[in-house]
Amino acid sequence: MSSHTDGKFGAYGGQYVPEALMPAIEELRDAYERYVLDNEDGFMDEFRKRLADFGGRPTPLQRADQLSDRYDTEVYLKREDLLHGGAHKLNNALGQVLLAKYMGKERIIAETGAGQHGTATAMAAAHLDMPCEIFMGSTDINRQRPNVFRMRLNGAAVNPVTTGRGTLKEAISETMRDWATNVEDTHYVIGSIVGPDPFPRMVRDFQSVIGEEAREQIREQTGQLPDSVVACAGGGSNTMGAFDAFREDEAVDLIAVEAGGSSLDVDEETGVAPNSATLSTGEEGVLHGARTKLLQDSDGQIMESHSVSAGLDYAGVGPELAHLVDSGRVQAANVDDEVALEAFHRLSQREGIIPALESAHAFGYLDENPDAVGDVTVLNLSGRGDKDLETVIEETEQRDLDVDVDMSVFAEAER
Amino acid sequence: MSNDAIDAVFEAGDPAFIPYLVAGDPDYESSLAYVEALDRGGADIIELGLPFSEPIAEGSTIQDAIVRSLEAGMTPERFFDFVGDLDVEAPLVCMTYYNLVYQYGQQRGPRDFVERAASAGISGLVIPDLPAEEADPLRAACDEHDLDLVFIVAPTTEGERLTRMMDRVSGYVYVQARLGTTGARDDVSDQTDESLARLADWDVPKAVGFGIKTGEHAERIVSAGADGIIVGSALVDIVAAGAANDEPIEAVADRLESKARELTDGAVRGLTSAPDADT
Repeated sequence: MSSHTDGKFGAYGGQYVPEALMPAIEELRDAYERYVLDNEDGFMDEFRKRLADFGGRPTPLQRADQLSDRYDTEVYLKREDLLHGGAHKLNNALGQVLLAKYMGKERIIAETGAGQHGTATAMAAAHLDMPCEIFMGSTDINRQRPNVFRMRLNGAAVNPVTTGRGTLKEAISETMRDWATNVEDTHYVIGSIVGPDPFPRMVRDFQSVIGEEAREQIREQTGQLPDSVVACAGGGSNTMGAFDAFREDEAVDLIAVEAGGSSLDVDEETGVAPNSATLSTGEEGVLHGARTKLLQDSDGQIMESHSVSAGLDYAGVGPELAHLVDSGRVQAANVDDEVALEAFHRLSQREGIIPALESAHAFGYLDENPDAVGDVTVLNLSGRGDKDLETVIEETEQRDLDVDVDMSVFAEAER
Repeated sequence: MSNDAIDAVFEAGDPAFIPYLVAGDPDYESSLAYVEALDRGGADIIELGLPFSEPIAEGSTIQDAIVRSLEAGMTPERFFDFVGDLDVEAPLVCMTYYNLVYQYGQQRGPRDFVERAASAGISGLVIPDLPAEEADPLRAACDEHDLDLVFIVAPTTEGERLTRMMDRVSGYVYVQARLGTTGARDDVSDQTDESLARLADWDVPKAVGFGIKTGEHAERIVSAGADGIIVGSALVDIVAAGAANDEPIEAVADRLESKARELTDGAVRGLTSAPDADT
């Protein structure tokens, strides 16, 4: 675990938030350092026990037999899709809700994009008996209906955010506003390695269990470290979670795969970037509490990002990941919507695993660059794809994809 | 180290009325007329919002104003033109978010923005997402161009954080009357009294904002010891109603001017009942 005690990662990071939030952020930093870094009152012991008992950790590292044959390389899957809730998000949500409890907070709020972080937070809050409200963009509510139901089933209120395009960045802004109003009794469970310090390092530390397990497991199974670790990157929490334990292993390539969307071009006139490839194409700026790479126009207004995967659809990225890309430790790559969709179908058909569209981007990278991952690679399968079925059916029908999935049963059944 | 025009306002002794509007809301021409109406109505300093796409400190009233202004084509460059086109007596303070300050001009960092703001005639800056911890580069640039840098003191700001702010503030402090985002309310918060008491030892003028809506609020806050009142959402509401009903510019401007008078008069009344008023 590396420490950056000033909350900066090179030029990135910091604490760019309204003054009303600063005392809460200082309180959180103090709590993070005591409970998480120093295990005060046995916080980390309780966290790990709950991750095991409630979450089902450790998750398996599985050799993907068909993909290994197809690409003539040893492909291992870190099965975060098998974590309770179906995605890596629980690692962070459980950690933060538990921390809020240790801090004496009485209310949990969170933003969500794809709904995975919202469902994880709602589950963790129910598990730890804390009232919970989730802010979610109205566009995302419509494209992630199953997750909305899951949050409500777990007792959370879901507050639609209608400003802007109604996606993740608007939801984050709105959650920050609620926090600024109710800061004294409320903890904001931010869903990725973004936001003001200490969130980026705290969320990384809660997620780093992914890479710690994977590093042990790959050595047990193959007797060696992998040549590469590949993970998708939106805000970057599964990415840093998978990479952190391999940071000092210089021979292990760390590859962050972003959403190339429909195009890497941007339209300054309309303020739309039809991608979420912040690491590949973004420029330095300040958003949501941190200095990091952003999709922005030449004036500094934030662009509307796009990806077929709601969980990657964000105009910023974690400051630590931006720094690791600048320093060369992490390679930034991107694959477009179609490649991700094809990868989704391929993994579903060949391995019997329906991946989240987010995770499918990592598999799309493997398909496009099988020679770039070395002889042994670990892919972080950050979540399962049940939540994406409607999107996938719709997007697949619209496109001429290189997959032979047969949806005609619906047409026949209707006759 | 500080701006003469703003110093002169507070040295004059009367409580300062500081209205806020988003520049370019709902469009460039109307907005010019509205800001000038506030000046006629007694504004001592005018805070002009330069709209940013992610205004995390604003409530829905000002968020909507920001959207209207952006959709009508407001940019940092047009904002500076706007400042140049204004015919007002009151010194102008620009309120915006740090990314716009940081991105402006040829080099990243606040210097180009501050230089341009000073040449356009801006007297000070308020940046709600820039806490004192991150403010040194901007403070240095403001010093170079005699601009004030106004910090927001929240009800939760205490101890070392107050000191850090005191070391960096100039012009006046913006005392946030309550927790939360901007927006007009129907009551005056006890948090205001507590905040003013915490700041009593500071020799920098204290202007209270967040939620002030009527002349009575203004009176109450000045009598509690404020050196000025900042009013945003209650005025933006008038602009919003004008835009929604497609009213003539003059009608909306008249209403803004009379609202400004109500608030100015309330603030002056408050002075006579203030705790340290000469008797």
